[in-house]
Amino acid sequence: MSTPLLEVQHLTMRFGGLTAVDDLSFTAREREITALIGPNGAGKTTVFNCLTGFYRPSAGTMILHRGGRKYQLERMEGHRVARIAGVARTFQNIRLFVGMTLLENLIVAQHDELMRASMFSVAGLFGFSPYRRAEKAAVQKARYWLDRLELTASADLPAGGLSYGDRRRLEIARAMCTGPTLLCLDEPAAGLNPRESDRLNELLLSIRDQHRIGLLLIEHDMKVVMGISDHVVVLDYGKKIADGKPVEIQHDPAVIRAYLGEPEPSFETEPSASPRDEDR
Amino acid sequence: MTAEAGVAAPHRALPKSFAWGALVKDAAIGAAVALVLAVPLVGFRVVEINGDVTLTTRFTWVGIGVVSVFVGRLALGLWRGSRPAERKRSGALVAPLSRFGRRHATGVAWAGIGFAAILQFLPFTTRGTVDLATEILTYVMLGWGLNVVVGLAGLLDLGYVAFYAVGAYSFAITATTFGLSFWEALPIAGLLSALAGILLGFPVLRLRGDYLAIVTLGFGEIIHILLQNWTSLTGGPNGIGNIPRPGLFGLVFAASAPPGETTFHQFFGLDFSPSQRIDFLYYVVLALALIVNLFTLRLRRLPIGRAWEALREDEIACRALGINPTNVKLSAFAIGAMLGGFAGAFFATRQGFISPESFTFVESATILAIVVLGGMGSQMGVVLAAMVLVLLPELRFLAEYRMLIFGAAMVLIMIWRPGGLLSHRAPTILLHGARRP
Amino acid sequence: MNYLLQQLVNGVSLGAIYGLIAIGYTMVYGIIGMINFAHGEIYMIGAFVSLIAFLALGVAGVTYVPLALLLVLVIAMIFTAVYGWAVERIAYRPLRSSFRLAPLISAIGMSIFLQNYVQLLQGARVKALQPVVEGGITLATGDFPVRVSFLQIFILAITFVLMAGFSYVIAATPLGRAQRAVEQDATMAALLGVDVDRTISLTFVIGAVLAAVAGMMVLLYYGVIDFYIGFEAGIKAFTAAVLGGIGSLAGAMLGGLLIGLIEALWSGYASVEYKDVMVFVVLILVLIFRPSGLFGRPEVEKV
Repeated sequence: MSTPLLEVQHLTMRFGGLTAVDDLSFTAREREITALIGPNGAGKTTVFNCLTGFYRPSAGTMILHRGGRKYQLERMEGHRVARIAGVARTFQNIRLFVGMTLLENLIVAQHDELMRASMFSVAGLFGFSPYRRAEKAAVQKARYWLDRLELTASADLPAGGLSYGDRRRLEIARAMCTGPTLLCLDEPAAGLNPRESDRLNELLLSIRDQHRIGLLLIEHDMKVVMGISDHVVVLDYGKKIADGKPVEIQHDPAVIRAYLGEPEPSFETEPSASPRDEDR
Repeated sequence: MTAEAGVAAPHRALPKSFAWGALVKDAAIGAAVALVLAVPLVGFRVVEINGDVTLTTRFTWVGIGVVSVFVGRLALGLWRGSRPAERKRSGALVAPLSRFGRRHATGVAWAGIGFAAILQFLPFTTRGTVDLATEILTYVMLGWGLNVVVGLAGLLDLGYVAFYAVGAYSFAITATTFGLSFWEALPIAGLLSALAGILLGFPVLRLRGDYLAIVTLGFGEIIHILLQNWTSLTGGPNGIGNIPRPGLFGLVFAASAPPGETTFHQFFGLDFSPSQRIDFLYYVVLALALIVNLFTLRLRRLPIGRAWEALREDEIACRALGINPTNVKLSAFAIGAMLGGFAGAFFATRQGFISPESFTFVESATILAIVVLGGMGSQMGVVLAAMVLVLLPELRFLAEYRMLIFGAAMVLIMIWRPGGLLSHRAPTILLHGARRP
Repeated sequence: MNYLLQQLVNGVSLGAIYGLIAIGYTMVYGIIGMINFAHGEIYMIGAFVSLIAFLALGVAGVTYVPLALLLVLVIAMIFTAVYGWAVERIAYRPLRSSFRLAPLISAIGMSIFLQNYVQLLQGARVKALQPVVEGGITLATGDFPVRVSFLQIFILAITFVLMAGFSYVIAATPLGRAQRAVEQDATMAALLGVDVDRTISLTFVIGAVLAAVAGMMVLLYYGVIDFYIGFEAGIKAFTAAVLGGIGSLAGAMLGGLLIGLIEALWSGYASVEYKDVMVFVVLILVLIFRPSGLFGRPEVEKV
């Protein structure tokens, strides 16, 4: 097993009287895909929003290890979680900059480095060479991801024109361009057809194997979850009900009860009732 | 229904089942609403005769209005009905213009700059033309400045005139009390305006977009009230006069030189003419405008400019990418304010006199209209819109209706062509260079 | 002491007027999430229609004051309501699915248009009306008598009746239920058979009706109006709505009263010149420190 990357301990999030996440603890590791699953309303997206600094949790700690240092995510503002701790995320309802080109989307993700290279625009205004070099490097990095997504040909077209599956993958590439330690994916396979879904799995596995990062995944599509994840955490009504390898989870009676309310699980297909309306 | 279809048959362009009944009904409803709207405010006019307030009527106007709404509504319905559905919203008049502008953007820009540069020497150019051109360029500068805030960063600033005023007054005050020249005071005016932008922006930029709009509106009013009432600093309603004119490398534009200085016409051995100063001011604003243009175009291609546009598109995604939205907004606000300040300083030096009258909400609205009509984010669009907005009142019969037309145009543009007259967005960086895949 | 009391009386009357306008902002914001910048103009139109109605009734020979007041109230409500309806239909409805700034810009355009429309049609000069309701009650005598005019009583009474009426409408009628449903989730409401367009139109109409009443009152209260009154009153009423918590009817009314009091006390004790600055400062402070207002619910950001 590799070193722990993210340690979530006793995470609790209440909205008024509703406890969306209740005393949740789990660990995600480097070079592993950790899946967070559970029925609708189980609190998965809320966990993501806490992790990425959009919500301030009511209680609990979230410690991220990066370069030998520890970051307490619950104490950081959203944009600092991304920039300093290196937690990148994608959104359930894809949030690309649709009016900007594919290349621009990937360059914006490298804002922090470029901003420093441009000396907060001063050096950039005069076109000094350190900035030009940094910009070239940023384009290189973007190019690498565009090549990988096989989208190089449309690099200069607006992102709004992409197909649904390509948008998903571009959003993942954009998150990767921030140079993250932990990549959080909120239902990446939602709305994809089987072919697109396979290409996505391929992409996620290759990210896991080629980059020293951890992946955290919310997913409904059990084919994706069971196919690629190394470790599964199951939530129900904000509480953790199971935690283990995919095979173990498939046979866990508590999980089966939570999903189906009956003893015979069928994890080959998507659970019957799962409209895409997600918990907040 | 069949009878109506029969009526429609001679019009080849109309589909067979064209619903005349519905069309007439729609036009009639429109006319009825127009009647109710027009009766009180158009039909009656409050007048004062010998100190007595009373009413006069003008129901003919109401009649004309109602009939034109009926006819207009009918015509609109016919026009829509006769066009293929998918083409309904593609502004037929401006689309070719926009396409031309996009294809030949650089050519048009250079032609425009060339024309602006030789304007003075053209045979038909009079003193009035140069004055007008100077006014247009002042608005172009303001438009480009506000474009950074509204067009690029997507922040609706309804009090832009505040920064224009801060620029004008800080120039006027530093120049009249400390004796600084235009070129010395210009950067100070810009800096103070930027500072005002930061002071306002810092607390309010966390707010949602529409709250920001109203706060900036309030800020514009606060500045206006301060100018009116802080008499010791601003001269109150009397304003500030005797603001120095800009010189050219120490040469002054005047009939006779003040002690120890040289005038422009003496130095070059010309005869004095008041138009020399006007021509010079024109070149000053042209140069300033070109610098502003270069500056904003350059910024747009830098990380900060891309962050502005990204923020306009999706603030939440920006945060998830590690971009601090408040700082990015603040930079847009400060830079927009600074450019407004430069324009204000130029305005002050050109007029030689400023008073709160020049810095009202109407001014903010005019600048916003320039940006919105021109196409948010489009440099060329701003020039076009500024020309329309300054030249429109020159047609005497339209002068009165200027703001009425602006207001209506803002609504119509949002409905029919939300991108503005020239709405093309050029990418800030290309992977494949100029050649398109 | 008496001076303070007098300022309070004046402030409450003024505040009632702001409160009525603020309800229009708060309801529209609640239902479609936009600031209706043209709302101040609707109020200004209400004042103008009232003035014209008063003068027309004078020409027609209606001299019995209570009847004249009632007729003017009804006329102003009806005509102003059509303006409110038309503004929504023309400038906002086509933009519901447009980009974020579009309805705001359209609203600004509408506001500029209406201001100039009235200016061109009725002239830029200030319009005056002879006092219609005169007299009052003296509450305290002495060096500085405290007076409550019948007009102030009329303003407060009408405001109270309207508030009670609309609270009932929102709480207990199908229209109120539809409004609350659209406010929560317009798509879902539409799926469940709520006529969303009609509900939104009615919201604008109700807002315009209340603004018309406010316009009539301000005409009676100050006796003078011009085409520009909507701008200032609009900002103040919006501040009131934000102060009370946007989306809350009671909040809007309370916010209006507070703004009226702040304005009256500030001009009574500090400086008349800076009374408007004070209101903007309050707006900015509320937005910074308590953006959800006194009665509003804090917004949870949807990610």
